[in-house]
Amino acid sequence: MINFQYLRTTSAKSALVLLQKGKNSKFLAGGTNLIDLMKRGVTAPERLIDINHVPLKQIELIGTKIHIGAMATNSAVADHALIKEKLPLLSWALQAGASAQLRNVATVGGNMMQRTRCGYFYDTEMPCNKREAGSGCGAIDGFNRMHAIFGTSEKCIAVHPSDMCIALVALDAEVVLLNSKGERKILFKDFHRLAGDTPQLDNNLRPDEMIVRVEIPLNNLAKNSYYLKVRDRASYAFALVSVAAGLELLNNKIVNVRLAMGGVAHKPWRLTTAEEFLKGKDATTENFEQAAKLSMTDAKGFGENNFKLKLAPNTIIEALNLAKSKA
Amino acid sequence: MENRILKDENDRVDGFLKVTGGAKYFAEYELPGLTYGVLVTSTITKGKITALDTKAAEKAPGVIAVLSHLNKPSAPAYEQEGGSQMKIFYTDKIFYNGQPIAIVVANTFERATYAASLVKATYAKEEFNTNLDKALKNSKAKKLQGQPDYKRGIENAYKTAEIKIEQQYILPIETHNPMELHGIIADWRPANKVTVYAKTQGVKATQGTIANVFKIPIENIQVNSEFVGGGFGMGLRTWPLEIATVMASKHIGKPVKLVITRMQMFTMVGNRPTAIQKVGLGATKDGKLTGITHTAFGETASYENFTEGVVNMAKFMYQCDNVNTSYTIVPVDLGVPIWMRGPGEATGAFALESAIDELAHELDMDPLDFRIKNDPEMDQQKNKPFSSKNIKEAYKLGAEKIGWGKRKNKPGSLIEGSWQTGYGVSVGVFNANRGKASVKGILRADGTLLLQSATSDIGPGTGTGMGLIASKLLNIPTSKITFELGDSSLPPAPSQGGSATLSTIGSAVNDVCVALKSTIAELAANSNMDATSNFVDVLKKNKLPSVEITKESQSGKERDNYSMYSFSIHFVQVKVHSLTGVVKVSKIVSVGDSGKIVSSKTARSQMVGGAVGGIGMALTEEAIVDHRYGRYINNNFADYHVPVNADVPEIDVIFIDKPDFLVNPMGAKGMGEIALIGFSAAVANAVFNATGKRIRNLPITPDKILA
Repeated sequence: MINFQYLRTTSAKSALVLLQKGKNSKFLAGGTNLIDLMKRGVTAPERLIDINHVPLKQIELIGTKIHIGAMATNSAVADHALIKEKLPLLSWALQAGASAQLRNVATVGGNMMQRTRCGYFYDTEMPCNKREAGSGCGAIDGFNRMHAIFGTSEKCIAVHPSDMCIALVALDAEVVLLNSKGERKILFKDFHRLAGDTPQLDNNLRPDEMIVRVEIPLNNLAKNSYYLKVRDRASYAFALVSVAAGLELLNNKIVNVRLAMGGVAHKPWRLTTAEEFLKGKDATTENFEQAAKLSMTDAKGFGENNFKLKLAPNTIIEALNLAKSKA
Repeated sequence: MENRILKDENDRVDGFLKVTGGAKYFAEYELPGLTYGVLVTSTITKGKITALDTKAAEKAPGVIAVLSHLNKPSAPAYEQEGGSQMKIFYTDKIFYNGQPIAIVVANTFERATYAASLVKATYAKEEFNTNLDKALKNSKAKKLQGQPDYKRGIENAYKTAEIKIEQQYILPIETHNPMELHGIIADWRPANKVTVYAKTQGVKATQGTIANVFKIPIENIQVNSEFVGGGFGMGLRTWPLEIATVMASKHIGKPVKLVITRMQMFTMVGNRPTAIQKVGLGATKDGKLTGITHTAFGETASYENFTEGVVNMAKFMYQCDNVNTSYTIVPVDLGVPIWMRGPGEATGAFALESAIDELAHELDMDPLDFRIKNDPEMDQQKNKPFSSKNIKEAYKLGAEKIGWGKRKNKPGSLIEGSWQTGYGVSVGVFNANRGKASVKGILRADGTLLLQSATSDIGPGTGTGMGLIASKLLNIPTSKITFELGDSSLPPAPSQGGSATLSTIGSAVNDVCVALKSTIAELAANSNMDATSNFVDVLKKNKLPSVEITKESQSGKERDNYSMYSFSIHFVQVKVHSLTGVVKVSKIVSVGDSGKIVSSKTARSQMVGGAVGGIGMALTEEAIVDHRYGRYINNNFADYHVPVNADVPEIDVIFIDKPDFLVNPMGAKGMGEIALIGFSAAVANAVFNATGKRIRNLPITPDKILA
C-alpha cells in the first residue's frame, strides 16, 4: 500500500492533461474493480484522476449509430429505452453482470478496463505473469476451472471477465479514444488483446489515451437475440461460459448472425467461423450444432477447465436456439 | 429495547431495531480513546519466523504499538508449557498460511492498515501438506481416532448382503462467513478490569477464556454482545485474534478494536473441514437393511485436534442389526476448523442419505418407501425408546406437499425441452440437547416482566422465543416482556450452539415464570385476594414495586431413560439443464419434527435459513486451497459462492408441532441444526432422479453434471 494523490476533473481534455503529468496515474470511474485492486496491492497508482464529473454519459442515436458515453453507468445503459429497443443483447448482457449495486456505479469505460478475476492475479503472494512479469503463471498447473480455452499463451490463461464486452464485440461496436491529437477509432474486437508474451497488457489503449465512447451500428438482430450466461449461481457470479447470439432471420433462413463468447479467452471471443458457416443457412439445431463444432477447433483445456470444451459448444447451441425462439 | 413494534405476538422483538439500524453490533461501540488493531499474517504455510522487521511500522503515522512474539505481551497462561491451542504471539512457529503473526495498533483503522503493510517477516520454510486426500495416501502422515470405533452386530455385514452399495463421498471446506465480520473491542483498565464488546455465541465462554488466559478473576471481566450478525458456530470459541486484541489493550492501556477482513474470515475463524467418507450399505432383496458401515476422515489442524459427530447418524437412524463406524481426524497445515451449522451430522448425512438413495435405486424402490420400511421403533444404539418421533407422519405431509406422486423412480424420466426434473428426499437428525442455565425474572407492578440471562442471540430470535414462553405462562402480552441477554453479568447460561438455547434457557424461563406465578398466588392469599388476581393488583395491594426470582434449571432423570432427537425431512424438486449442467432448486418442502413450536415465525425462519444454507452446501459453496501454496484462491464473496436470492425458490415449511414433555416443560426440541442437516443429500438425490447422474463430490456445479 502506498499513499496516492486524488484529483478530480470535469472535462476530458483536462483529464488527459492530468494523465500525462504523472507517470503512474489512473482514471477513477466507478472504481468497482480498481479500488479492490489497490486494496489487494495488485496496483498502486500514485495519482487517481476522478473522471466521474466528466460529461460523457450520453446515450443517443446519431445517424445509424448508437453512441454511448464512456461514463454512462451499466444500469443506465441496460435500462435505456433506446438500448432495450434497438440493442436488447447489450441490455441483457449488462443485466447478467455483477449485481444491481455494482451496475449502478460501474461505467461503460470502466467495464472495458476491468481486469481478470483470476485468483492468482489478486494474491500478491502467488505467481502471476499478468501482475508481475516473469513471476510465472499459478493457474496453468493450478486452479484453472474458470480459465481460458482459446488463444491462451504459456504465460497466461486468464479470461476477460466482462459480459457487456461480449455483447459489444458481437454488435460490431467501435471504441472512440481521445488523445492530445484528437480522436482515434478502433474496432471493439481489436480493443482487447490476447495474452501472448505480454499478459500484463489487457488492451490496446495507449498510456496517453482515454476511452470517450463506444459507437454501435444499428442492426436487424433485435428480434432474435439472446445472451446466455452459464455460471455457478443464478446472479453475481462470473461466467463459466457465456454466449451472445443475434440472428436476422427471413423465413427461418439466416440472413445475418453474430456470435461471441465470454469466459473462454483473454478477450471477448468473436465466433467468426461459425458466423460464416451459418450465413445463408436454415436456422436449425443441426446447423447450430455444426456451427458450435466449428467454433471449437482451436480450443484447449488445462485440466480443471476441460469441461468448457463441452460446455462452450452446448452453450452456443442453446443460445442460438433461444435467440431463434424469441420471435 | 425501545421502539418495539409488534403487530402480532410472533413478531421478532428485535426486528424493528435490526431493520432500522438501531441494533448496535460490537464494532459500533465508540469508546473514549479507542484505537484500532490490524493483524499481520504469515505468507508461508509452515516453518519459522527468522526475522520480523517492525521498525518501519512503528515509525508510521499514528502507530501506538506493534505486538508479536518478539515482545511477547503478558498473558500468564501462555507462559506455561503445554496445552494444545495456538498461543498467539508466543511462538515463532508458523502452523498455517494466514496465521496472525503480529498486531499493529494505531489511532485510526487506515493508519493501522497501512502500518501493517510495512511489517516484513522473513521465514525459514518447511515442507507442508494442506491436502486431506494426500495425507490419507501417505502412510507416514499422522492419523488420529476422532471418535471410538462403534460396532453393533457383524462388522461390514453389507459386504455379504443380497443387494449392496459401497461409495465414497467428498465434501470440500465450507466457511461460516456470516455477514458480520469477526472481531472484538477490548478495554483493559487499571486494576485488571476488562470490558469487551464481542461477537460471540457465549458471553460466559468468552469471559471464562479471557480470565483463564490472563489469570485474572472472572468477575473482573465484563463481556457485552447484545446483537450478533450471524455466527453459524464460528463464535463458539474465543480465537487467538481476540486474545491478541485483549493483549494489545493491556499493553497500551487503551481500548483496542479489531475487525478482521473478509479474506481473514477464511483463515482465522475456522471452517467446516474437508471430509472424505465411505459408506457401505446392504439390504435384503425386499429392502430390509442388513448392514451399515460408515467410515469418515476429516481434517484437523497440526496444532489442535478438532472432532465432530460425522458418523453419529448411522448408528440409530435406521433399523439395522449390523452397524459399524469409524471416524479419523487427519492433521493438515491449515487453520483449525470449528463446528458449523449442523456440525458433523450435516457432513455425515450427505454421505449416509446419498447412500440410502443409492441403495433404494439398486433395489428399485421408492427411496421414501425404503426409509419407511427401515424406520426404527427404538434407538438401537442406546437401546432406549425415542422420547418422541413422528417421522412417518413427516414423510407423509412433506410428500403430499411437494407432489412426490409426480416423481418417477426411473431417473431422467421427466423432461421438458432442455430441462430435466427430479425429486429428492433426505432425513436430518440432531440431538435434542438441553443444558443448565439460570434466568432471573422481575415482575413489576407496572405490568411488565423483565427476564435476564447471559445467553446470546446469533439470529434465531432468542428473545422472541423466551417472551412467548413467559407470555403464555403468566398471561402477559409479549409487548410487556423484555428479555435481556448478551451480558456476562446476567445469570449464567451456556453458549448458543447445538440447537439447545430454547430448550435450555426456555426451561429456566419456564421455571422462573412458574415460581413467579406461585409467589403471586401466595401474596394474593396473604392479602385475602382471589388466587387468580392479576399480578399488578396483587403487587399494588402488597405495596411491592416488583418481585424477583432467579432459577437454575436442567434436565431430570428422563434424559437417561429416553433417546432424544429432533428430526427433519427435506423434499426438493430440481431442474437440471441438460446442455449447460445448471441445477436449479425449484421447490422445497422442509418438515420439522422438533416437538412443540414455541415461536412460529422465528422457527420458520430457522428452517428457511437452513434450506438456503443447504442449497449453498449442495450447489455452490467450496473454499478452494491451492495445495502448492497452502493459500485460499477464492477467499472473497465474489468467488466463494453463497446462494443469492435468485437461487432460492419459495420454501414450504411444515411443523409436526407435537409436544415432547420428556425433553423439557415446553415440549419443544431444538431445530437450528436439523434445518440444514440432510438438505444437501436431498438435492444430490433429486439431481440423480432428474439425470441419472450421481454426484458424490460437493458442490454440484455445472462441470460435474457435464462430466
